[in-house]
Amino acid sequence: MRIKVNGIEHTIDAPPMSRLLDVLRDDLRLTGVKEGCGEGECGACSVLIDGELTNSCLVPLLQLEGASIITIEGVANHDQLHAVQQAFLDYGGAQCGICTPGMILAAMSLLETHPNPTLEQIKEGLAGNLCRCTGYMRIFEAVVHAVRT
Amino acid sequence: MRSHVPSYELVAARDLPHALQLLAEGFRPIAGGTDVMVLFEAGKLVHKRWTSIREIPELRFIDVTPDHVTLGALTTYTDVRRSAILAAEFPLMTAAAALTGGIATQNRGTIGGNIVNASPAADTPPALLVYDAEVELTSPRGSRRIPYTQFHKGYKVLDLADDELLTSIRLPRRFASWKHFYRKVGTRRAQAISKVCFAGLRRGDDMRIALGSVGPVPMFFDSANVLIAPIDDVRSTARYRMQVAKNLMEEFLHDTA
Repeated sequence: MRIKVNGIEHTIDAPPMSRLLDVLRDDLRLTGVKEGCGEGECGACSVLIDGELTNSCLVPLLQLEGASIITIEGVANHDQLHAVQQAFLDYGGAQCGICTPGMILAAMSLLETHPNPTLEQIKEGLAGNLCRCTGYMRIFEAVVHAVRT
Repeated sequence: MRSHVPSYELVAARDLPHALQLLAEGFRPIAGGTDVMVLFEAGKLVHKRWTSIREIPELRFIDVTPDHVTLGALTTYTDVRRSAILAAEFPLMTAAAALTGGIATQNRGTIGGNIVNASPAADTPPALLVYDAEVELTSPRGSRRIPYTQFHKGYKVLDLADDELLTSIRLPRRFASWKHFYRKVGTRRAQAISKVCFAGLRRGDDMRIALGSVGPVPMFFDSANVLIAPIDDVRSTARYRMQVAKNLMEEFLHDTA
């Protein structure tokens, strides 16, 4: 199986039912992808597949033939953080950090479809990503500021 | 306990005939994976031979004719949310799609998968019931189309043979002028599985009402004589569900009066 992750082609030798989450973490050592619930409820394992926000715990490897995947490791441009990453840093949008990679990818995905989201749209766009530390307010604030930058 | 990954077969179906051939050989279909992969990770996926139908292009479409809107089985929730014709004439479909899971689930999950997974708590079936949907079932023997009201035979029991694939869902375009009502009650507003889901259509004294999550199958009523015997389960009690169903009925009658 050949998949493209963060712009780099990889040949993966794993069973077709392997979860993308495990392929990313175990085969490619991209440990920015986190496992929270393993059942599509928490969003910690979010990645972008062909630009679409997806829970990588629910995708079998076979379904990724020819797909282009972006993980949190592929978001910054070398030393230049993405505007959403910078905003999370500046506005305290992260505490323990487990939800943060997924939260940032969900925010990026939201801004693709809603370049100027309302607070309601931000809440809806991030509803699939659970955070147990922040109470969400600083995360929402970070997204609001990412829009302005 | 987790499943033993190498003991599962997963084969990509190239096209519909290939998928049907694989089903006849004992494979089962996986589309968006938002239900199947949950069971897999939990070590509860009993069947070992699967075929991915996700890449079959002829099953992902929204087709509009003068009398019907037809959704291919692989239409995702995101596709439903983006459809202007559904928003205009079948707004309960749009509402149900928006209330199912988060964005990531909506991007991946399919309407066909949601139907054949047959969860009594699914949010789309009540909308399909009030809109008088028909499902198209295809096998090597040909295709048949049946009213969705007849598709659920019991808890997780469907009028669907092992070699049949749900290929499309057809909605008659005759409810646009009715009043539409949809409410989902869960533990939190976003991304919770329903305790009670209520879909209703009304035109004067004519009413079409469907409830999800209150019994072993989604239930349909073509009048205000709604008779339910709610269930106790992990998400709620029968008593709570009965009260919420009554409240929603009242709200429906009030809002659509």
